[in-house]
Amino acid sequence: MNFAFSEEQEELRRTVRQFLEAKSPETEVRRLMETAEGYDTSVWKQMGQELGLQGLAIPEEYGGQGFTFIELGIVLEEMGRVLLCAPYFASAVLAANAILNAGTDAQKAALLPPIATGDTIAALAFTEPSGKWDAAGITLEATPDGDHYLLSGEKMFVIDGAIADLIVVVARTAGTTGTEGISFFTVSGNAKGLTRTALSTMDMTRKQAKLEFDKVVAEPLGAPGAGWPAFSKTLDQAAVALSNEMMGGAQKVLEMSVEYAKVRVQFGRPIGSFQAIKHKCADMLLEVESGKSAAYYASWAAAEDNEELPVVAALSKAYCSEAYFHATAENIQIHGGIGFTWEHPAHLYFKRAKSSEIYLGDPTYHRELLAQRIGI
Amino acid sequence: MDFVDTPAEAAFRAEVRAWLGEHLKGEFAALGPGNGPSDETGWEVRVEWEKLLGADRWVGLTWPKQYGGREANVAEQIIFNEEYTRANAPTRLSFFGEGLFAPTLIQFGTEEQKQRFLPKIQNVSEMWCQGFSEPNAGSDLANIQTRAVLDGDEWVITGQKVWTTLAHRADWCFVVCRTDPESSSHHGLTYLLCPMNQPGIEVRPLRQMTGSAEFNEVFFDGARTAKENALGPVGEGWKVAMATLGHERGTAFMSSQLAFEGEFAQLLEVAQKNGAAGEPALRDELARSYAGLQVMKYNGMRMLTNLVKTGAVGPEASIGKLYWTTWHKSFGETAMRVIGADALTVQCAQDGRYEIDDLHYVFMASRAETIYAGASEIQRNIIGERVLGLPREPR
Repeated sequence: MNFAFSEEQEELRRTVRQFLEAKSPETEVRRLMETAEGYDTSVWKQMGQELGLQGLAIPEEYGGQGFTFIELGIVLEEMGRVLLCAPYFASAVLAANAILNAGTDAQKAALLPPIATGDTIAALAFTEPSGKWDAAGITLEATPDGDHYLLSGEKMFVIDGAIADLIVVVARTAGTTGTEGISFFTVSGNAKGLTRTALSTMDMTRKQAKLEFDKVVAEPLGAPGAGWPAFSKTLDQAAVALSNEMMGGAQKVLEMSVEYAKVRVQFGRPIGSFQAIKHKCADMLLEVESGKSAAYYASWAAAEDNEELPVVAALSKAYCSEAYFHATAENIQIHGGIGFTWEHPAHLYFKRAKSSEIYLGDPTYHRELLAQRIGI
Repeated sequence: MDFVDTPAEAAFRAEVRAWLGEHLKGEFAALGPGNGPSDETGWEVRVEWEKLLGADRWVGLTWPKQYGGREANVAEQIIFNEEYTRANAPTRLSFFGEGLFAPTLIQFGTEEQKQRFLPKIQNVSEMWCQGFSEPNAGSDLANIQTRAVLDGDEWVITGQKVWTTLAHRADWCFVVCRTDPESSSHHGLTYLLCPMNQPGIEVRPLRQMTGSAEFNEVFFDGARTAKENALGPVGEGWKVAMATLGHERGTAFMSSQLAFEGEFAQLLEVAQKNGAAGEPALRDELARSYAGLQVMKYNGMRMLTNLVKTGAVGPEASIGKLYWTTWHKSFGETAMRVIGADALTVQCAQDGRYEIDDLHYVFMASRAETIYAGASEIQRNIIGERVLGLPREPR
């Protein structure tokens, strides 16, 4: 039993942290969140060419570095810490894993190398206006048309869907329900019949889009109609990845709170000397550390791709979501009035936390998945 | 990061499993897991069982070999606990002696003291209790008033200890006394080892809300112990006591995790029988409770990995103590809601005595857990001040 990161993994964390502190300070986050595309192309290039981050967990045979979900989790934790504005989660986590899970060897060999270098930004379109995160939420229909399929319907809350070069779409064969008839397709971001509308997001640091499909020509990814296992696995992996990202942000707001509690003086002494504040910080630490334990363990299960993954994915998403949101809410309370202002970063984390809590399904939803998966 | 047994760990696991398979039979197997360190059910049978464990050095698992231990590493400790719990083996009696006192003794004791006390913990011929809390030294533990003075080559102890678990079963007590009458707070204290069976000691049971009386008041009225029975330097008992508390908050509760898994399984069975598992709100509570329990396990593994690296239980142990006690209390409350109307009655009330089943016991006994071994508020102070570096409360 060894529940610690290796020296190489710690080194990766230091490298990524150093890079992100230089490239994604709060001023940059604020600048980019006001832009339509929501990321900086030169930083994105450096991430791909200098650090190889986009291809970190993509196998070497497909142009990646061949690291595991543990390393991917570390990188995401660091990105969550600084609220990096970049299509990393969409491209390197959601789309890349969907392709790895669903694609044939030839499709992986064709699609993954440019994602691994960052030259292609990919997105995964699955949720629809119903806001459901499971198979039942997939109603967009795929109709065979010669060598291709035609997609018609609407996708919502597609992270970085407006800027993606490649869209991986989860669709359904007409006349099927539930987990039957689920298929993956790929379409180009500028495909004919595809209308992309950027959404105004509560969390401005992460862009989302509405995608309307009107008989869009699409290539199947993997065997049509048999996509549910790959989709389910992609969702579990995404939950694990997001859990790690959330804990990076949670650790950051804890540090902000503690720092402020040490220097803010009221009644003639630092507010952190009052038990009312000290105990809040202690509870935050407990939840942040516990959330990390869950997220790291989930990363390991995802790296091993073992039978524990579905259980720990649901478990960590439920726990980390609540821990992160609670930490960001307490951070505002500890900061008092200043914490409620636009100029203070507390609200950026608060909004990211609530968005991440809801995205992929809220904690109640994930506890229901957990209940089913452990046989309650 | 790796949670799979190494070949050596797998061999150790097989050894533990084989031993339990061979010995856990008949009246021992019939006992089943009980309710934690203070549970007295089936005491005599459990003493016999503990002696079997001791004879094959499962008591003293982590001790150095020169004292009869196996020098088991952290992974082996976890494996032993896992297999022990999986086998539904009886609750251990060794919490205070093996769990709290022995590691403190190994850290601070003289060679003579280790030779004198460790073998008798291992062969279960001497049981221990913990003399820390007093009526006016609860959360403010440093306000200890029990005094000890040297009379020739003996310490003479006068004062009162309270909440002393299993004092009525114990042969020895590790008792923190004020040996410098001019001192105050954490200065001038000494960690003494005192035999319980003597005229100067009176043990009075304290009946708890559970109806049972595992706690006691212990009155020292001129109780005597030999001069050499001070553990660590005279006047530096606070440091030694803190080491014991570190074990109490940290590693000693490792096996609780597994007991909790058993309790959860028991509750789940109830929930599936009475339909609570299909009721959305209770289903959510059960899933939340399960998630919390797994997170506790992951926390424990991280803490223990860190322990192996640094060799010491740091103030982070307070996070563990705060976590498990809070979780357990909440689990007890969930249990009552899941049981529903049937929770209104206790199942085992006989002869007019107030007796309760396991889940009622958890519901009630867990209230004590956020109080003893440093109340949750004390743990939060420790976390705030020693882990996060926040300024101290003016005292």
